[in-house]
Amino acid sequence: MGTPQFASFYPDFYIERLWEKCIKCRRCVKECSYGAHIWDEKKKTLLEDHTKCVGCHRCEAMCPTKAIIIRRHPSEFREHALWTPWFIKNIYKQADQGGVLLTSTGCALPFKNYFDHLVLDACQVTNPPIDPLREPMELRTYIGPKPEALEIEEVNGKFRLKKKLPPLIKLEVPIMFAAMSYGAISLHVHQGLARAARDLGTLYNTGEGGLHASLYEYGSNTIVQCASGRFGLHVDYLKAGVAIEIKIGQGAKPGIGGHLPGEKVTEEISKTRMIPVGSDALSPAPHHDIYSIEDLRGLIYALKEATEYKKLVFVKIAAVHNVAAIASGIVRAGADAVVIDGLKGGTGAAPTMFRDYIGIPIELAISAVDKRLREEGIRHRTSIIASGGIRSSADVVKAIALGADAVYIGTAALIAVGCTMCQRCYTGKCPWGIATNNPELIKRLPPEVAYEKIYNLVKAWAHEIKEMLGAMGINSIESLKGNRDKLRAVGLTKEEMEILEVKHAGE
Amino acid sequence: MPLELDISHLHYSQVNKILRDYIEKGEREFILRGVNGHRYLFAGISAEIKAQLYGTPGLDLGAFMRGPEIRVFGNVQDGAGNTMDEGKIVVHGMAGDVVGYAMRGGKIHIYGDVGYRVGIHMKAYMDKVPVIIIGGKAGDFLGEYMAGGIIILLGMHSIYPERPLAGLFLGTGMHGGTIYVRGKVKESYLGLGLKPYALDGEDEKILEKHLKEYCDDFGLDLSEILKEDFIKIIPYTHRPYGKLYAY
Amino acid sequence: MWNLTLRAKEISGCGIAGIIHKKGELIPGEMILKAICCQYERGNGLGAGFAAYGIYPDLAEYYALHVMAQNRQALEKVEEFLQKNTFLNFQEPIPTKRVKTIKNPPLFKRYFVKPKLEEEEAEFCNLTAEDDRMVQLVMEINEKIEGAYVISSGKNMGVFKGVGFPDEIAEFFRIDEYKAFIWTAHNRFPTNTPGWWGGAHPFTILDWSIVHNGEISSYGTNRRYLELFGYKCTLLTDTEVVAYILDLLIRKHGLPLELACKAMAPPFWIEIDEMPEEERELYTALRILYGGAVLNGPFAILFAYNGGLVGLNDRVKLRPLVAASKGDLYFMASEEAAIRAICPDPEKIWAPKAGEPVIIEMEEGVIPNQKSYLKPRPVEVREDALRIGYIPPSLFSGK
Ligand code: SF4
Ligand code: SF4
Repeated sequence: MGTPQFASFYPDFYIERLWEKCIKCRRCVKECSYGAHIWDEKKKTLLEDHTKCVGCHRCEAMCPTKAIIIRRHPSEFREHALWTPWFIKNIYKQADQGGVLLTSTGCALPFKNYFDHLVLDACQVTNPPIDPLREPMELRTYIGPKPEALEIEEVNGKFRLKKKLPPLIKLEVPIMFAAMSYGAISLHVHQGLARAARDLGTLYNTGEGGLHASLYEYGSNTIVQCASGRFGLHVDYLKAGVAIEIKIGQGAKPGIGGHLPGEKVTEEISKTRMIPVGSDALSPAPHHDIYSIEDLRGLIYALKEATEYKKLVFVKIAAVHNVAAIASGIVRAGADAVVIDGLKGGTGAAPTMFRDYIGIPIELAISAVDKRLREEGIRHRTSIIASGGIRSSADVVKAIALGADAVYIGTAALIAVGCTMCQRCYTGKCPWGIATNNPELIKRLPPEVAYEKIYNLVKAWAHEIKEMLGAMGINSIESLKGNRDKLRAVGLTKEEMEILEVKHAGE
Repeated sequence: MPLELDISHLHYSQVNKILRDYIEKGEREFILRGVNGHRYLFAGISAEIKAQLYGTPGLDLGAFMRGPEIRVFGNVQDGAGNTMDEGKIVVHGMAGDVVGYAMRGGKIHIYGDVGYRVGIHMKAYMDKVPVIIIGGKAGDFLGEYMAGGIIILLGMHSIYPERPLAGLFLGTGMHGGTIYVRGKVKESYLGLGLKPYALDGEDEKILEKHLKEYCDDFGLDLSEILKEDFIKIIPYTHRPYGKLYAY
Repeated sequence: MWNLTLRAKEISGCGIAGIIHKKGELIPGEMILKAICCQYERGNGLGAGFAAYGIYPDLAEYYALHVMAQNRQALEKVEEFLQKNTFLNFQEPIPTKRVKTIKNPPLFKRYFVKPKLEEEEAEFCNLTAEDDRMVQLVMEINEKIEGAYVISSGKNMGVFKGVGFPDEIAEFFRIDEYKAFIWTAHNRFPTNTPGWWGGAHPFTILDWSIVHNGEISSYGTNRRYLELFGYKCTLLTDTEVVAYILDLLIRKHGLPLELACKAMAPPFWIEIDEMPEEERELYTALRILYGGAVLNGPFAILFAYNGGLVGLNDRVKLRPLVAASKGDLYFMASEEAAIRAICPDPEKIWAPKAGEPVIIEMEEGVIPNQKSYLKPRPVEVREDALRIGYIPPSLFSGK
């Protein structure tokens, strides 16, 4: 007998099969990429291995007779406020395998979600709400550094600019798609994101895994990423998009680099990343050419030089304790936009302790960064892009009212294409065909479907944003930027309100 | 006739712009004089050109470049060949830290010593294999995270007789590629799990091929270099950290 | 105590009116009074005011400070402050009249001053340095001297305002005794903060005076934008931000008046996208840079300065504005009736387009210290304001 594997004794989920409905079509066996449904050829029946179920609900959704219900496993431990099943099972897992706990998506702990403690304003009588269906409502946003003042000259009785503006990026909607690498998510999702970005007039971000040949045509809606692993990074790639994002960190795992588990490194991925098939694509924690802020400047200008100053350079950091000071340094180093990824930002793979405990909430970070840059008189030199835990159009509105220029969404876009938040992206077996490169699994999500869902989501959000702006009596998004008058706090402490610079409801 | 430029009074962005303009016009050979601290020279330039540099180029010489052949008469500072794609950098002198970071292709030949973290994160795919040859000694973390490519360390033209051939953590985390070292390295200096191996016939062929070109570049005698035995360091697995996680 | 910082932001609706004589001839006070009183229904007795230009011709070189004070001590503090920081030429109480309906009015006094400049500045003794210093001094008084408040500080002009209906305020300040070449007036309908005299319009900074109707939904954004340039919005009124935006865009950034108005009420992107290239670039840049200066929400404003009167309303016309002219007289008001009340037979009467400013400047050289803002002027900002990042553009010019 081998050593007992404690973790396997206590499954998280329970697969309940309603036998009166089951027609034994074995669809569930085919659908489950984890092998939780088993066909017993001898007995001509189905079995379940509950320990293998990750709670992705794929079988439940696909069963033709709706004969499956996935539940939390009903077996319970004796209640203990401190030693909840989560901690007990984690310890079993680590005692069994001696490894770092790995997970996916963003912080799962119920830290205070500040978005949920902020309410928005609307006009009543003293000024009119605006109806976006019939009256103009503008969401256009420009990303990049702007001079503080314009120089105008008069020629033949007409005013014109003395000096043209530096290149800026136009967004028709202030929602972009966050970096998710080719490798972490399937090519089909990338294709869907790219097409949706083009049709919506916004940008998607390639993430750090390089760019598939089929996606170069979406260049004017593309942000390419330069992370410490420098995967798939060559001149054509750098020039492919309109901006280059230097990834210093991400909210899901501040302080460590990217991690694409070997399970996901297929032949195709190995080609774009130029690493052996099946090896872990690890990006080091630091960029080894950036050990300090002056080195960041070095990389920013190396990229600018290499692309002849035609591309904007973004710098993405995780929101950590000193985020305001760091952001200020980044702007001074020459970044055209600072991307701040909050505590709740998602990932394809992160150590659980990092995902859940490192970083600060995005709402506080936006406010602090905006404030700092304003105080230093350098706010116009950059744009602030907020990301991490944006779940709805109201979150977008609040983020902008707190001082962001635009937001990134990642997890929300994946949920739009069917993700059920099972948090097992790192296995490479995503049964929904999203976070996988398995040629069979990716067929489950064709690019057209991905496109349509993502497009619909952002279109709907854009409309909701217009409605909310209209209700506030504003008809263009620039009048929402940093507009704290439109926010009130419900149930926040004095300190929190001070950081967010909002008043309490009723004030 | 190569085009000669004195760049001592120019800012790097001007130099690159001038170079690009001339390349556009069809110029293929350059001699740059007065090079001193100019950053990012040839960064991102995609062209089959040749250049001779006199002086000390600054940070990120030839970063992201694809094609240029740069010969430096002097030392190079940090970041030479950063994420370089194709082409060649030949340095008649020493090099700073992080040479050939995430290099994807092309060659870097250094006559003398190099600093820390050289050849880290090098990559390769099929026959696109980057090569770094170091005539002197190397600092710590040589070939860290290496995923592909070839590093050859000779340890011959060093100004640091007191230092070991290669620093600590040689090849740490490597999961692809090969590091060849002329002579011996202490096993404790190798990255976790790595071992030195003797060369086989295939290795010798590769080594000879690359070293021949190296000798041609610097006018050296190949037989002199081959007098001593080489060892090679290769990854013991392509997933050195596969067991790190509890799933 | 007038605790300004704790005050909530004002919300009010209103009526406005303005008159200008292009040749600088003087217009009697009754005229503006009649126009504003005709719009009686637009106010609720909680504020009214007048700005008059050309009323101090003998002291036209001095900044005329209209100071409102809660008590003698506050006035004394102001005087002490002025002694220290300015050359005080002349001072007197602002003549007022007892009005039955106005209970416990504050004290009003006017001072004619020139700021003392730091030595270095004084050498050049240019107007902008003087103006800047004056703005600073006024802000300092308003912020630091409790119970005292400067309601206007321009040259050869003054503001008279308070809590009451326009006829009451006019009677109190004896408006019929003044003659001016530009008049603006305001009749206020606030929904909160009743009874603060400082909260009435016009609002001023130097010789800029503004009367405003509407509520600006972008207030929070505008205020934060202005803070970037060192303006402190202590009054929490929309009008205050309008004043500072004008000061910033026109005086500091040198934008011509028309473009400054376009920055505040910009054309829509769909309009900009269709413009010819040069114009499109201009308006795109204007919107990108001055997004923080956009006044969003319903407004109609009249602003005046030594030399002109401008009317502007929001870009979707949520507040009314009518303009008219007869000979050298130009009129602007919320309602046509207000104009007809004083000029029954105008030669021209028109409804300005949304977001299109009506700019009436006087003929050249008809008044002292005359100003004109029709042309672009050099930007007067921090040295690096026009620069992006750290690489000076000049580096790219040479080969
Ligand atoms: S998919 Fe549904 S019906 Fe088919 S075997 Fe599975 S549980 Fe039964
Ligand atoms: S992407 Fe797939 S694996 Fe990841 S959480 Fe969503 S459903 Fe699960």
